[in-house]
Amino acid sequence: MLNTLKISGAAGLAALMAAPAMAQEAGPVMDKGDVSWMLVSTILVLFMILPGLALFYGGLVRSKNMLSVLMQVTMITAMVMVIWVVYGYSFAFGGGEGPFWGGTAKLFLAGVTADSMAATFSDDYVIPEFVFIAFQMTFAAITPALIVGAFAERIKFSAVLLFTAMWVTVVYFPVAHMVWDANGLIFNMGALDFAGGTVVHINAGIAALVASIIVGPRLGLGKDMMAPHSMTLTLVGAGILWVGWFGFNAGSNLEANGGAALAMINTFTATAGAILAWAAVEAIMRGKASMLGAASGLVAGLVAVTPAAGSIGPVGAIVLGGLASTACYFFVAVVKNRFGYDDSLDVFGIHGIGGIIGAVGTGIFTAPGLGGVGGDDYSIASQTWIQIEAVAITIVWCGVASAVLLYITKAITGLRVEGDDERRGLDLSSHGEQAYHS
Amino acid sequence: MKLIIATIKPFKLEEVREAVTATGVRGMMVTEIKGFGSQSGHTEIYRGAEYAVNFVPKVKLEIAVPDSLADEVVAVIAKTAKTDKIGDGKIFVLDLESALRVRTGETNEDAL
Repeated sequence: MLNTLKISGAAGLAALMAAPAMAQEAGPVMDKGDVSWMLVSTILVLFMILPGLALFYGGLVRSKNMLSVLMQVTMITAMVMVIWVVYGYSFAFGGGEGPFWGGTAKLFLAGVTADSMAATFSDDYVIPEFVFIAFQMTFAAITPALIVGAFAERIKFSAVLLFTAMWVTVVYFPVAHMVWDANGLIFNMGALDFAGGTVVHINAGIAALVASIIVGPRLGLGKDMMAPHSMTLTLVGAGILWVGWFGFNAGSNLEANGGAALAMINTFTATAGAILAWAAVEAIMRGKASMLGAASGLVAGLVAVTPAAGSIGPVGAIVLGGLASTACYFFVAVVKNRFGYDDSLDVFGIHGIGGIIGAVGTGIFTAPGLGGVGGDDYSIASQTWIQIEAVAITIVWCGVASAVLLYITKAITGLRVEGDDERRGLDLSSHGEQAYHS
Repeated sequence: MKLIIATIKPFKLEEVREAVTATGVRGMMVTEIKGFGSQSGHTEIYRGAEYAVNFVPKVKLEIAVPDSLADEVVAVIAKTAKTDKIGDGKIFVLDLESALRVRTGETNEDAL
């Protein structure tokens, strides 16, 4: 099955076609079940962003900054969706043959109509191209929204918008093309990234790490009380993220069949393993298992299974989730404090590290002996090496570009709000409103 | 007249209220406060970030009483609020210069 993944134009891009005369020709058909599932998946991913991610992050900050987080997530979503339609889709999946770039053929979605079809993983089935465009659009929106966790509670609103617009252009669209387009550099290396371990999570995580260092820590870090103002809302957000993630992972199958079912069950079991692992490690290390820990483990497991959802087995997923969660715990609780970078909401600790472990782990757990879908000639060593190369390319591309873009943003709008405004809270100083009036 | 200011453990509020009103006192003001005395706070840990919370939640009562009731009310509060553990609270008594009931205009002891 692994070989046919590559040949059949996986990621649904090599064989974009208009198929108005499907009834007459014996070509690929559009199955309404597939389309229904993809329509629902797309909505589920939007739900992950609003209000899922918004509440997950919002609950973690102090109440004086709640609205600023909600606002940043909302505005990034809207802005990236417009950019996607204007040029993002074309740059990522426009049909160009380069390894880094999809070209300009589909600027403003030129040529795409309701009858246009996009390929799936099966040669015989297609889905409407608008569905594929919309589905991928939600991925493009959520990735920069994840980054806001790195500089929450101190970033300037205009900086968020400017940085995001440049970042998706120079990082997200090219990496999405490299990993998921049939002409992409990383795709043609044979790397496996089912739903975006590299494209979404490692990208967001590395950008977050770089940003947290360049933006600098929050005023009062280590002295002021910066505990989450609403763990309740954070758990609401985490629950919505888990539910929506079925659209993210199982929807990346592009069809409603056994492949989607495999991605779905992996999205359950990896998350369960990760929650248990984080709670257990925390209970051992500090005596009590916390809700924040369980919610963090939940997200870590989902991140780790994202690249692997379509190719590993459900029991391997439990192990992968548990391993990633444990590693994320240490990065969040130990490494971050030792090195002193203020990645406020642990975007690197969870999405970056979880994504790296998930991406590399995909190479291991896809092996047939471990329950994965790999064929008889599957080599753990060679696939894992390819995964490591894919991860390395993503890290370097994203890390360097993010740093450059942050300095450009600093020069144009500045990065941080003034000290007094930071102390008052971004809700009042940046948006003129208060989340709560007691 | 006296103004009695008492801090007690929050879970003792209902018991104290019942005991105080049994002495004939007809009103009191209750505020939720935080503070510290001999009782220490606690530590919270969020993803490895440790916060020392130095204040403990308490309830503050402010009761205006005629001079004749002051000692009795203080004794009643002290008896009911006591748990023999650190953090039971303190009771202060201040001289109250004047009082007025807004609805009727009654003053001083008639206002209590």
